[in-house]
Amino acid sequence: MADLYQVENLRLSFPDLTRKPLLGPAPRTEILKDLTFTIPRGEILGIVGGSGSGKSTLGRVLVRLLEPSAGTVRFDGRDITHLAEAELRPLRRRFQMIFQDPMSSLNPRHRIGRLIAAPLRLHGSEDPEKGALEALDQVGLPRSFASRYPHELSGGQRQRVGIARAIALRPDFILADEIVSGLDVSSQAQVLALLEQLVAELGLTLAFISHDLSVIRRLCTRILVLYRGEIVENATTAELYDNPRAAYTRELLDAIPLPDPDQPWI
Amino acid sequence: MQILRSLLFRLASTAVTLVGVAVIVFFVIRVVPGDPIAMMLPPGATEEDIARLTALYGLDKSIPEQFFIWAGGVLQGDFGTSITARRPVLDLVLGRLPATLELSIMALVIAVILGGVAALTGTRERGTKVEAGIDVANGMALSVPDFLWALILILLFGVAWPVFHISGRVTPSLDLPFVTNFYLFESLLRLRFDLWADIVSHMFMPALALAIPLAAIIGQLLKQSLKETMHLDYVTLSRTKGYGENHVIIREALPNAILPTLTLVGVQFTFLIGGTVIIERLFSYEGLGNMAIDAVINRDLPLIQGIVILFAVIFTVVNLVVDLTYALLNPRLRHA
Ligand SMILES: Nc1ncnc2c1ncn2[C@@H]1O[C@H](COP(=O)(O)OP(=O)(O)OP(=O)(O)O)[C@@H](O)[C@H]1O
Ligand SMILES: [Mg+2]
Repeated sequence: MADLYQVENLRLSFPDLTRKPLLGPAPRTEILKDLTFTIPRGEILGIVGGSGSGKSTLGRVLVRLLEPSAGTVRFDGRDITHLAEAELRPLRRRFQMIFQDPMSSLNPRHRIGRLIAAPLRLHGSEDPEKGALEALDQVGLPRSFASRYPHELSGGQRQRVGIARAIALRPDFILADEIVSGLDVSSQAQVLALLEQLVAELGLTLAFISHDLSVIRRLCTRILVLYRGEIVENATTAELYDNPRAAYTRELLDAIPLPDPDQPWI
Repeated sequence: MQILRSLLFRLASTAVTLVGVAVIVFFVIRVVPGDPIAMMLPPGATEEDIARLTALYGLDKSIPEQFFIWAGGVLQGDFGTSITARRPVLDLVLGRLPATLELSIMALVIAVILGGVAALTGTRERGTKVEAGIDVANGMALSVPDFLWALILILLFGVAWPVFHISGRVTPSLDLPFVTNFYLFESLLRLRFDLWADIVSHMFMPALALAIPLAAIIGQLLKQSLKETMHLDYVTLSRTKGYGENHVIIREALPNAILPTLTLVGVQFTFLIGGTVIIERLFSYEGLGNMAIDAVINRDLPLIQGIVILFAVIFTVVNLVVDLTYALLNPRLRHA
């Protein structure tokens, strides 16, 4: 099977509490509208789009933190669209996620070593502590960091810990949601280089959500452009830059960074 | 070092607070109308009797003079003699203290269990009818004060379906082998479960009445901060690592959600101890609060002073314990 993810006619809606009548259920707003695409194995898929276009929501559907309202999501050939939490649990190791804010992504009460090792233990690793140290090696952090607390690390280092926690589980897929937006330019470059190297070494498939088209262009092999919950473009990076088909994509390429089309400039 | 310094500062400010409380109470109860001597004597006592007794209790001196005599005694551990009971205030007060402590702590334990279960269940079932039901129950528990809960409980479990004792601390006909006044605790230590059951059956309703409003506060606040914590990235991430809902709520969210609740529980616990005064009265429970009401009715000035000082000490100790626990539980303070 060449495609790790197969997404068909995916729809997702949230109840809109701002329009809720006094009695009865709130009307639902559709956030993702009929998305169909695949993520081939080994690709780095860039997901771009304006603020509120549904990138994070789509990401959360892929790692099944959210349940779609309609359509199907297949992971490695298996339909995970409506799997219950208990059925998902053994699968969860295989699709991991990294968040934007490295500080809030790490439980402040635990040492780095434990943060990496605990999920390994959960999934039946023989030697979680050793696995944690190896993961630190892989992301280029000294092993001594295992005994530190998250607040004793810099932003870039914390983000590396987030990556270490993800790869330690030997996943097939990693979703990275704006993971370098909070970092300064030099840490950004380092984290991106690390990610690129790990993807190649470990044979990972990666979905990379970002506002920053220059980052996407360097890192990604395919790009998915979202506009108000719809896919307006799905092409390889080269195709997209040479011949942007959607008007919106052209706009995106011309104007970086992109303001939300619905929001006035502040 | 930091902790030691702030501890010393706390102790110093506690001392100042206690002195302030002592001064205020001393003067206020002497200015308020009501003459303890007049209440002691039978009708038809002579002027000489009154003068003699007034002098005996030192009430003929000026108020500041009385204060310094009393304060001098307190510094040596002598809180004076109760006018009505004619026994040292310290003995009386310390004799009753265990009863009130046991009642308050039992109430606190019940409140933490009820409130904790409500908060955890509400978080687990967030967005469902179960959560809505918990919110309604919390609202009701909060809007009825503890003494009304006491009356409701008496009607339910004392009259309509009498399963618990409604008065006293222990069945008077029982033979008590205790050497301390911590009946609940000592009966356990002595493995006298028959006595323990009797004591619990007396304590349960007053403790529950005190606990219900506090349980509601704990339930509401803890649920609120749990739900906020559930949205934090690391909690979401623990779900993607494959942890189940119970682990996510109890191991990841709870330890970080508990701090704001803890501070509030400290404050509310002092209110709860204040609430024992009326609750003990309603259940004829032989604790400090009941004694305080008698002391006020009889204008037993030394006894009132002793009880108030003891309550003030309890409040400051509770606050100190809360602050220390907070420092221990807060990772930012601990590793600073
Ligand atoms: N839990 C929710 N309930 C209701 N609406 C939601 C919820 N989560 C997201 N939304 C709405 O869905 C839309 C898409 O949100 P999403 O976070 O996916 O956007 P995004 O593309 O990641 O934006 P950004 O670039 O700002 O991160 C937004 O309009 C948002 O308000
Ligand atoms: Mg987003």
